[in-house]
Amino acid sequence: MFGLKGSDFALFLVVAVLTLAAPFILNPFPETSSLAQFNGGYPDLMQRFVIFGIFAIGFNILFGLTGYLSFGHAAFLGVGSYAAIWMMKLLTMNVIPAIIMSVIIAGLFSLVVGWISLRRSGIYFSILTLAFAQMSYALAYSVLTPITGGETGLQPKLNDPRILDAAPEGGRIPQANLFGLDMGESRVWNVGDWAFTFNAGYYVAAVVMLVAFYLSIRIFRSPFGMMLRAVKSNQQRMNYTGLNSKPYTLAAFVISGMYAGLAGGLLVAMDTQVGPERMFWTASGEVVLMTILGGVGTLIGPVLGAGFIKYMENILSKINTTVLEGWFAFLPDGAADAVVAVLGLFVGKGWHLTLGLIFMIVVIFLPGGLVEGGRRMFRGRDRTATRKVKSGQTPPTSKPAE
Amino acid sequence: MEAILLQILNGLDKGSAYALIALGLTLIFGTLGVVNFAHGALFMIGAFSAVTLSRLLSTSYTVIDESRTDFLGNPLKVEMPYLHDWFGPEFGQAIINWSVPLAILFSIPIMVAVGFAMERGLIKHFYKRPHADQILVTFGLAIVLQEIVKAVYGANPIPTPAPPAFSGSFDFGALIGFDPLQIMYPYWRLVYFAFAILIIGAVFAFLRFTTFGMVVRAGMADRETVGLLGIDIDKRFTIMFAIAAVVAGLAGVMYAPINSPNYHMGMDFLVLSFVVVVVGGMGSLSGAVLAGFLLGILESFASMAQVIEVVPGINQIIIYLVAILILLTRPRGLMGRKGVMEE
Amino acid sequence: MTFTTKTVGRRGVIQGGAALGVGLAAPTFFNSPARADMHTGYLNAPQGGTVTLGFNVPQSGPYAEEGADELRAYKLAVKHLNGEGDGGMMNTMRINGGDTALQGNGILGKKVEYVTGDTQTKSDAARASARSMIEKDGAIMITGGSSSGVAVAVQALCQETGIIFMAGLTHSNDTTGKDRKANGFRHFFNSYMSGAALAPVLAANYGTDRKAYHLTADYNWGYTTEEAVTQATEAMGWETVNAVKTPLTQTDFSSYIAPVLQSGADVLVLNHYGGNMVNSLTNAVQFGLRDAEVNGKNFEIVVPLYSRLMAKGAGANVKGIFGSTNWHWSLSDDASKAFVQSFGKEYGFPPSQAAHTCYVQALLYADACERAGTFNPCGVVEALEGLEFDGLGNGPTLYRAEDHQCFKDVLVVKGKENPESEFDLLEVVEVTPVDQVMYAPDHPQMGGAEATLGSCNTGV
Repeated sequence: MFGLKGSDFALFLVVAVLTLAAPFILNPFPETSSLAQFNGGYPDLMQRFVIFGIFAIGFNILFGLTGYLSFGHAAFLGVGSYAAIWMMKLLTMNVIPAIIMSVIIAGLFSLVVGWISLRRSGIYFSILTLAFAQMSYALAYSVLTPITGGETGLQPKLNDPRILDAAPEGGRIPQANLFGLDMGESRVWNVGDWAFTFNAGYYVAAVVMLVAFYLSIRIFRSPFGMMLRAVKSNQQRMNYTGLNSKPYTLAAFVISGMYAGLAGGLLVAMDTQVGPERMFWTASGEVVLMTILGGVGTLIGPVLGAGFIKYMENILSKINTTVLEGWFAFLPDGAADAVVAVLGLFVGKGWHLTLGLIFMIVVIFLPGGLVEGGRRMFRGRDRTATRKVKSGQTPPTSKPAE
Repeated sequence: MEAILLQILNGLDKGSAYALIALGLTLIFGTLGVVNFAHGALFMIGAFSAVTLSRLLSTSYTVIDESRTDFLGNPLKVEMPYLHDWFGPEFGQAIINWSVPLAILFSIPIMVAVGFAMERGLIKHFYKRPHADQILVTFGLAIVLQEIVKAVYGANPIPTPAPPAFSGSFDFGALIGFDPLQIMYPYWRLVYFAFAILIIGAVFAFLRFTTFGMVVRAGMADRETVGLLGIDIDKRFTIMFAIAAVVAGLAGVMYAPINSPNYHMGMDFLVLSFVVVVVGGMGSLSGAVLAGFLLGILESFASMAQVIEVVPGINQIIIYLVAILILLTRPRGLMGRKGVMEE
Repeated sequence: MTFTTKTVGRRGVIQGGAALGVGLAAPTFFNSPARADMHTGYLNAPQGGTVTLGFNVPQSGPYAEEGADELRAYKLAVKHLNGEGDGGMMNTMRINGGDTALQGNGILGKKVEYVTGDTQTKSDAARASARSMIEKDGAIMITGGSSSGVAVAVQALCQETGIIFMAGLTHSNDTTGKDRKANGFRHFFNSYMSGAALAPVLAANYGTDRKAYHLTADYNWGYTTEEAVTQATEAMGWETVNAVKTPLTQTDFSSYIAPVLQSGADVLVLNHYGGNMVNSLTNAVQFGLRDAEVNGKNFEIVVPLYSRLMAKGAGANVKGIFGSTNWHWSLSDDASKAFVQSFGKEYGFPPSQAAHTCYVQALLYADACERAGTFNPCGVVEALEGLEFDGLGNGPTLYRAEDHQCFKDVLVVKGKENPESEFDLLEVVEVTPVDQVMYAPDHPQMGGAEATLGSCNTGV
């Protein structure tokens, strides 16, 4: 259906249902329980899940299919964001022009960067993309301040031209909207002790993500996708057959750059602000980690990886010692203090530690990422190799060490 | 002229740090083929072993000084280092002041242990795994190591001065025939440069002139054949890993007086060290060293006011710009070997 | 190595998750932003017996120590507001010449609770954290932060969503200059004030015939500080020889420091903060600038914005170096003494300027709500605008209505030659009176006539 074969359609359907029902799924705990701390079903986080999901899906089209590891994809996200915010400052607070422009500008930028960087392969390619991204970051932070706002970034202001919009009323900065529907608009449904928030911006972003996901399945299953896999498995042999692989890899690069730009545009649409650190190498590294954590070359893995990292960042960092003390108040004093002291190292200001440990645990115990590892545990270890081929990964040349 | 000479000195000095870190990284990454994102953390651990030794040496007991008060108006508690009691205040303080050079000895066993633990406990299992897995596991490890240091030492930089004999600067220009007071250069930075040359020379000599080094070099070129000859190459690779850790650690120890160590210093150097290794060319030790000094010197020139005036912002991007230009004109960096990490 | 014991266990201040109990009683669907309450007419109106504040501070990254100190101050403020502890500066604060309306029973009779978040000193992360506090936890006010990029970003967010923002440590002119917002307030001083306060002291100590060389962090805060210090010192007769921008990510400043001596300059101004300041100052001292003599005068170094926590990282290198600061624990007025006592007894060391400004901001917000009789942002804005207060450590202070900036005396400090303890790094050499650091709201450094607050937003 929709040009998807059975298992792919089933996967798409599952993702669609999960995405649309996210306000319920992410808020499993009643507001009054102490576990409500772990609820992730508020607009900002839900928006970030799907937006970084888009970013990772796009990254996976390049990395998962061709094996080219870009270490500078955050630059395209950043450039897309800047394009979007300028549309909002100059044209209108309607998100449509902003999103379209972010995809176009990021596409053009990735065309230039890709055209140059794809002259090299392997680690040399990675460093070229890293260099472009770091230059973009450094310049946006400093000498390009007139265009980028530098450290403080760009936000819509009252005195922006916004030629398509009516003048703002009452000294209020207008909200980002979709033909009048504010992105910040939410409705809360209270069921007993549960409160489920349905946010307009989230659903806009979620629909965009589903489209992006659908396109990525089509790309994975298309002859073009096959060609990209061929690049990954043996580029040299492919070149001997007389095929020039560069147009294919460049196309993949630009597509993934446009996905990044789309994510950048959506970030601005949901939260009207851009800062240059969106392009720092750690941001590029983050999408690499998201993709690997979820499962390189799998369809759904990158989305899971993105959600996982964003959840950790936003939920763990807010658990402070006071919250911990509340949880363990039932223990005797000394024991509670000890438990709080130990757990305190892993949450709140120590949330990075937990993140690092999880990276290590996942890669040690779930080789191939969350999806691949999950599958492996589910079906037993014997059919590993065949599934790897199926999911678009080259089989390891020898058996994985230990 | 003096200005240019000064920047060359600065460049050599920055280059020393880049070259030392890149040297260790290229042993692991360029030759063992492991994308080690935890290499910056090794540098950081080295610097913090200097901090640790200085803390250990100044272990104190408190004395209440009734004549003075602290910020709450209570009698002031004065810290008295045990070393002052044991060796007298002067010699005791001298030992504390010399904690950075002493930390060279202190850090070697620490770095060897860390290197062994990392390789045997973790990296060994990842030689044949995809690079993606190596990135994830070593990045995770890097975060864990830096968070542990943050939990113990806090997030602020910790001043770790050089011994008084090496603090301050001297008239380097007069030494080589310039007008006096034109080229002043800090003692410790020259020490750092000399130390870097020494370590780099030692590593090269070790690989070139010892049987061990010969086997390792053969193993880098063709691991399987060496294995078939009945040589236990794995054990030697473990030792190589430990050596790389020691080189990174020593670079960190000696760097502590130049910039106060903080827990994220490893991450600050991480990206740069990868750039240096790749610009130098994968699998080439001399390439890494050369690239380190080259980028250090170019960075110094780009930061001159006269240059920035002509090309604003050039100091922000010089390293990356040069990296792009070199990689586009020389496909495998300065001295890279064919077929290493090109897929 | 010294061993200190930490006091652990202030359990029971908040029961876990209780901070989330907002808007539960409301029936089925209701329109427009989350948790709004039609009866009171503003976003996140507190229901029940508690009110939730959002403390958004850097807990990871280079400013994590300052963030930790800010958090300590907030916790102390919450204690005092809820009537626990010794009351700290609540006992000394004077509002518009009278007593504070705060009674130690929370704010408007509601017990104060709080949520915390990590800004990571990145504007994206800071806004994500602030939005989670607003959307998930129902925070009515956001406060904290340790850099201007974050302050401007979160202030803009609070303006858009209709929440009050009480800035933490932010020193760039922009926060209450070109990026000022009706819902945002800053107690901390700014670049302009640093320049205006420092210049006369520098002239008095180093003479009016000086040639200055600036190294400036290449981002907005650096620019405003360089501009402010250059203008103020040039007005005193100094000459600016050169101003070189240094990348934020720079760690080794040797190649920027080395040419300074050859430039003919006899003063080096380091417009750097945090790790940049620690490293550039350390490098400058390494290169012997402190011992050098140029134009027949001793070479001098100036650090316009000092932070004691950061100065600690530079060790002995800060000795004798002038700078400015918002507040210092060694001040001897009653309010500062009360705060140092209260904070010191709780945590065992004196508070930093970041802790002080955050504590004051929390108290001022609470008092404004109390006087306005509501948490409604527009009511709070009205209560804070034009407020004159005293007894909070900086002497008589004005919260100016036109730009929501506090005007108060500025401290000029110097690195102490013989520190008695690890906290005793700076000594106050001059308290520059507020008149000298006053400026017009439409000053060119503050965004000129174009800068506007807009109108307050209640979020509905």
